[in-house]
Amino acid sequence: MSVREIINHMPVLPEVIVLLGACALMLVDLKVKSERRIASFRLAQGVLIAAAAATVFVQWVNGPDKLYLFSGLFVSDALSNLLKTVCYAAVWAALVYSRQYLLDRGLLRGEFITLLLFALLGMMIMISASSFLTVYLGLELMSLCLYALVALNRDSPLSTEAAMKYFVLGALSSGLLLYGMSMVYGATGSLNITEVARVTAQLAGATTDRSFLVFGLVFVVAGLAFKIGVAPFHMWIPDVYHGAPTAVTLVIGSAPKVAAFAMAVRMLINGLPDLAHDWQEMLALLALLSMAIGNITAIAQSNLKRMLAYSTIAHMGFMLLGLLSGVIGGNRLSADDAYTAALFYVIVYVIMSVGAFGMLLYLSRAGFECENLDDLKGLSKTSPWFAFLMLILMFSLAGIPPTAGFYAKLAVLSAAVTAGYLWLAVAAVILSLVGAFYYLRIVKLMYFDDPKEGAAAPGHPEMRLLLSANGLVLLLFGIAPSMLMNVCFEVIKAL
Amino acid sequence: MVSVPLLSLSIWVPILAGVAVLAAGGEGNARNQKWIALGGAVLGFLVTLPLYTKFDLQSPGFQFTEREIWIERFNVYYHLGVDGISVLFVLLNSFITILVVIAGWSVVEKRVSQYYASFLVMSGMLNGVFASLDALLFYVFFEGTLIPMFIIIGVWGGPNRVYAAVKFFLYTLLGSLLMLVSMLYLYNKAGGSFAITDWHKLPLALDVQIWLFFGLLLAFAVKVPMWPVHTWLPDAHTEAPTGGSVVLAAILLKLGAYGFVRFTLPILPDASQKLSWLMIALSLIAIAYIGLVTLVQTDMKRLIAYSSVSHMGFCTLGFFLFNAYGVEGALVQMISHGFVSAALFLCIGVMYDRMHSRAIADYGGVVNTMPRFAALMMLFAMANAGLPATSGFVGEFMVIMGAMKKSYWLAFVAATTLILGASYTLWMYKRVIFGGVANEQVGKLKDLNWRETVVLTALAAATLFMGVYPVAFTEVMHASVNDLLRHVALPKL
Repeated sequence: MSVREIINHMPVLPEVIVLLGACALMLVDLKVKSERRIASFRLAQGVLIAAAAATVFVQWVNGPDKLYLFSGLFVSDALSNLLKTVCYAAVWAALVYSRQYLLDRGLLRGEFITLLLFALLGMMIMISASSFLTVYLGLELMSLCLYALVALNRDSPLSTEAAMKYFVLGALSSGLLLYGMSMVYGATGSLNITEVARVTAQLAGATTDRSFLVFGLVFVVAGLAFKIGVAPFHMWIPDVYHGAPTAVTLVIGSAPKVAAFAMAVRMLINGLPDLAHDWQEMLALLALLSMAIGNITAIAQSNLKRMLAYSTIAHMGFMLLGLLSGVIGGNRLSADDAYTAALFYVIVYVIMSVGAFGMLLYLSRAGFECENLDDLKGLSKTSPWFAFLMLILMFSLAGIPPTAGFYAKLAVLSAAVTAGYLWLAVAAVILSLVGAFYYLRIVKLMYFDDPKEGAAAPGHPEMRLLLSANGLVLLLFGIAPSMLMNVCFEVIKAL
Repeated sequence: MVSVPLLSLSIWVPILAGVAVLAAGGEGNARNQKWIALGGAVLGFLVTLPLYTKFDLQSPGFQFTEREIWIERFNVYYHLGVDGISVLFVLLNSFITILVVIAGWSVVEKRVSQYYASFLVMSGMLNGVFASLDALLFYVFFEGTLIPMFIIIGVWGGPNRVYAAVKFFLYTLLGSLLMLVSMLYLYNKAGGSFAITDWHKLPLALDVQIWLFFGLLLAFAVKVPMWPVHTWLPDAHTEAPTGGSVVLAAILLKLGAYGFVRFTLPILPDASQKLSWLMIALSLIAIAYIGLVTLVQTDMKRLIAYSSVSHMGFCTLGFFLFNAYGVEGALVQMISHGFVSAALFLCIGVMYDRMHSRAIADYGGVVNTMPRFAALMMLFAMANAGLPATSGFVGEFMVIMGAMKKSYWLAFVAATTLILGASYTLWMYKRVIFGGVANEQVGKLKDLNWRETVVLTALAAATLFMGVYPVAFTEVMHASVNDLLRHVALPKL
């Protein structure tokens, strides 16, 4: 390989760094004694910083251009760089937040950190996929790591059960996705996403029978819905969120959502834009069901992790509102706005989700899991600052201004109204009202009720700092949402 | 044109003061926190004064405007400005905030910093609601006020506070979410603009107007509150701490009525004309039926809460009469109600702090132990009943005049309030204040301390001044109200 070729392949630098870093970590961790595990921890943070720097560098060199590598299997564009950066941040937060929690439970082993990095690599591959095959490759790499992470606490029957469920259902959905991909391949003769887009455009123009393609699309959407976690493919979410150690729940509830969003963008928007009419209808149904099932079922939960699991389902339904509002009667004029809305939503959601689970980790101590609603009672008396942060998180999840969550909802609702889905927008706001109830209940528990025994652990300073930043950034984006929105728009425009 | 951004100051001074109070530390530092809060509130009021003194009475348009791009993607501007309709509410709100801070001085014992911070932040956001000329900015402030109020009711409220707080929050959120969808629709129709003044000019078909009318109606009707969506109000008022009730009655209820004037009437004039019968009917039900309901209340706070619903019925009635008497009368009524209901809730607070009971039956003969208090409360009771020379009379009389122009029977039903209002207020006053000393506790009551005297006297002065010289208020409104009426008379189809 000549130097020139190596330079041409520079856009995969972040992936290479994460891969090498994960491998190095595996080796280093063998030599590290368990009481000095912090070395592995720092190494992982170093890998993340290096990857982030590489991503910024790639973006700086490429600018708004799209670069295809490895005969079109891999794409590097502004979207991929942005989403990767969000993933690094989420994984960074996962590391910092879960450190004390895992240490207390004897789970801060090399496996956690290594699997986390490999999962991150999977997500990065999904994000940069430009072929159905690469999508699948990344997806499986990520999923397998996550299955193992859920079972990290192998003595816990709950975790093992959750991992088993996750694995079986995950395998099933991967099967669905593969089946759909094979259909699309059969219809178009290619797995390459740009090629698929070109052929479907021809097919859509001609009068030929498209039912074969649409049949494949149904399976692709089903597989996608499972990975995003929207109803009626949501069954695994509550069990996995509940059963996994909270640190792992944080991982599952954050960065993989970004990767799943990327998967939707690559396969549906980049790959099958001419079937938009078909998949938009499917997504509309999924969105409505998710918002309804997620928000209504969440009310009945007394376990915080389960409640947040249902809230995820509802939020992903909201995110879909943006994705499904792009093409209006074959007209793609406002598509950029709609996809910007979805992208903005997913980023804001990840910030909220990381913060909420981070708070649970913060409040858990050795021998005590903060996972029931009652565990939050009277938090505003025992630690007013963190209660305030949780207040911001909850109001942001509920979509009340002036928090970032409001603008996320506003953006997707606006997209839906523009696309003429007025009924969907009305249903969405009514269901978000239902949702407001259970977020309010948490605020109520924290502020109106008296605390139970025992105060919160002080937590690591690094964690306190990051958690504060995490909460305040939602307020910052609530007061000045323009920054992030503009970035999202530029990224989508370059798509 | 003044170079100082007065409206921004009126919004951000209280909010920053609230943050400062929070930053001032824990429970031990309560004294300093109170002084910071008072300083912030006073400063917040002072910066609003030039809005009145420098107000151009001849101009119907928006004054003291500020405009900065805020969210490019949605073409949202940080656009502030006041006209004759809104300027008085900014002043009223800043004035009431000072009183609330003083009133809570020795009463609030737990979590002092959070208490004052909530009120100050809310005060800033309420100013923002009245000053916004951009619908999304309006919405952000409108919804944002829910958070501090929710905390205020829930943390410092009465025994049933959680229920009341959640009910308050969800009720109002339901209304405002539908308003958001309506706003998004208008945003699209207006070609991607959230500017309220652009919406005023936007032509809309009648059926669209009617849909939007109902979309906005729920948001504003819940806030006012109009019959039959008023049921959250008695609960919220009864359970809220005194300061919370005061702000709720004096300012928060005005948001709904203000929404009608700022949004519904000018943006949807044809639907408003067409559905005015509905609004008038609902208002009359509020005035007459809720007036009767008020009569039978046994809890003083609940009684005043219901009387608020009845009085706010006058505001909605006045707006939908489409004549200058009606609209100006309604606006005067809103301000007057801000003074009077605030004062009555403070009076009840004064008694509650001493006796820890709101039941009328627990009182009697208070005049024997608290003569100064009885005298002041007398004035407010009279104002609530609409006695001439108090502010309560002016608004009601103007609205009844406006109604008379439309139909005799309309005026007749509206005028029943003069009887009902007098009955429930004075009857309550008689049972609580007059008669022999009812029980030992009443016998031990101490009269007003200087802080309470200051607060109630300030309100008494405002009530009397407005009753004797209402021109000071109406002259500000004239130009804007006439402009509004001209605008509403033109069809937009």
